[in-house]
Amino acid sequence: MSSLLELKNVSKIYGDLHALDNVSLTVDKGEWIAIMGPSGSGKSTMMNIISCMDKPTSGQVIFDGDDITKYSRRKLTEFHRDKIGLVFQQFHLINYLTAVENVMVAQYYHSMPDEKEALEALERVGLKDRAKHLPSQLSGGEQQRVCIARALINSPELILADEPTGNLDEANENIVLDIFRQLHKEGTSLIVVTHDPEVGEVAQRIIRLEHGRIASKK
Amino acid sequence: MFFTMMKGTFTKQWKKMLMIAVTVALGASIATAMLNVMLDVGDKINEELKTYGSNIVVQPQSEAVVSKLYDLDNDDITVDYINEEKTGELLTIFWHNNITDFAPEIATEVTLPDGETATLTGTWFNHHLEFYKKGMTYERDTGIINLRNWWDIVDGEWLDEQAVEGTLYAMVGKDLADAKGIKAGDELVLTANGVSETVTVKGIFDSGDDESATIYTTLPVAQKLTGKEGLIQKIEVSAITSPDDELSERAARNPNLLSGEERDLWYCTAYVSSICFQIQEAIPEASASAVRQIADSEGKILEKTELLMSLITFLSLLGATLGISNLVTSGVMERAQELALHKAVGATNVQITVLVLTETIITAIIGAAAGYFLGYAFAQIIGHTVFSSSIEMSGMVAFIVAVLIIAVTLLGSIPAIRMILRLRPSEVLHGGH
Repeated sequence: MSSLLELKNVSKIYGDLHALDNVSLTVDKGEWIAIMGPSGSGKSTMMNIISCMDKPTSGQVIFDGDDITKYSRRKLTEFHRDKIGLVFQQFHLINYLTAVENVMVAQYYHSMPDEKEALEALERVGLKDRAKHLPSQLSGGEQQRVCIARALINSPELILADEPTGNLDEANENIVLDIFRQLHKEGTSLIVVTHDPEVGEVAQRIIRLEHGRIASKK
Repeated sequence: MFFTMMKGTFTKQWKKMLMIAVTVALGASIATAMLNVMLDVGDKINEELKTYGSNIVVQPQSEAVVSKLYDLDNDDITVDYINEEKTGELLTIFWHNNITDFAPEIATEVTLPDGETATLTGTWFNHHLEFYKKGMTYERDTGIINLRNWWDIVDGEWLDEQAVEGTLYAMVGKDLADAKGIKAGDELVLTANGVSETVTVKGIFDSGDDESATIYTTLPVAQKLTGKEGLIQKIEVSAITSPDDELSERAARNPNLLSGEERDLWYCTAYVSSICFQIQEAIPEASASAVRQIADSEGKILEKTELLMSLITFLSLLGATLGISNLVTSGVMERAQELALHKAVGATNVQITVLVLTETIITAIIGAAAGYFLGYAFAQIIGHTVFSSSIEMSGMVAFIVAVLIIAVTLLGSIPAIRMILRLRPSEVLHGGH
């Protein structure tokens, strides 16, 4: 299997703090990995660097053969828009837009908003009948599924999920994990940051971070 | 999608948007009021100053030259005369509508029954003038009733030429009347050059100056006493003029030195010099000149008023800019998470900036429209309070205010745009490291 993402000696330093310290990691296409570790271990920093929302202090991030740390701001935005789908712990839905409109926002910045496609994405996460509801009218689990639909809508090569089940009850956690299983089955690469061992166990590989370094790979 | 997102912002942040609209409305209203008053104030001040007498005097050529050369009082020199009929030519010039009033005059020394002398001026009080030229009829009621409207009639009434029969009437100045015991209704025998006329005193006036020691009568009476029937010595003209500027000053020195384009502009602007020039064209044997004191006062008052209003406009727009700046910036701060999300799903800085600016500009336009009408009301209040008349609204002001408001909105949005550019989704959405 060819590699999709490769981190080579990546460090991120804030003053005296080494949020990431010389981390190297390879993610293959279609692979599902979990990044685990305690608070402050560098999980979110790694997510930000992989999703191009932050730049490493040193090291290379190779995506599909390109060093994305050398990209211009515009190219980074394009890369980020076309290749990555983000799932947040707090969902970050726009509260005055309906579920389907929230999904269409990602389409709008990618190409053209298409309500039919957006509804199909919601159908994939089992929320077609809740398409016209505002986030305030949806449960936490439903909001997370809208967030996943938004991440999927532009067919990204990699889905990055930051504590996707952190705010969900067990039933909703299972629904989200089922969606991830389905995506993985369809060949989508997944990187899930979590400190929930049950979520980690579902992934093919678990990377444990401690003090900004990879403590173990499994 | 763009409009859906914008609509959402208006729904979600309606209080903030309302505040922006109110801030813009206040700035726009003051700018509208001040600019309209500023544009209209020239005419208003002109109208005000017109109440203090004529601002152009038309004299025979020879008298004007001698008067200018030696700085003499007109009474001290030998005079030539203008044909009274020529007075009607004033109604034929390009700027005839700007000439509000005029009155021909002829003056002489008369002997009173007690043997003492006094100055007598023959003029029009409210003369109905009919003038025929090239098959056209020009009509106007004009005279010193309007030109000397500050005269205080202390006894009797104004000499109303159109209400009395004949011309044997006069008005006597208060100082002279007090000295000679003259009252309204008295008959007065005036003698000059061996000719006597008996006139009825219609009223006693107090002019507040030397004229209070003189007598004013109808033009035919004075012409008969001077033996100059059909002739006049000068015409006092009150005209609404545009304030002098560099072009009018050059033209006043010598209009022949202007380029063709400059000359057209000067000729078609109601400068006191261009009106004088046109009067001279119409009455070639006369010389028309500005009464400088009035003309200069107009310019100075206008300059200071415009400066004050420009300053008020600038300060109000500065206030609006600061207000908009605060409101838009705090709006962006409140929406930081939402805007970071836009960035996280692939929006460029330009797209987010356009979204926020469009929302702000639409709000500003609504505020500016409300402000324009509020400014209209302010302008009318200023007009009625200060000038006792309404202020004419200029279409140009609407355009200027629109441009100023957009500039103010863009300027006020700069801090918010800088904040958008600095917004890092990694910090806002994931919360630090």
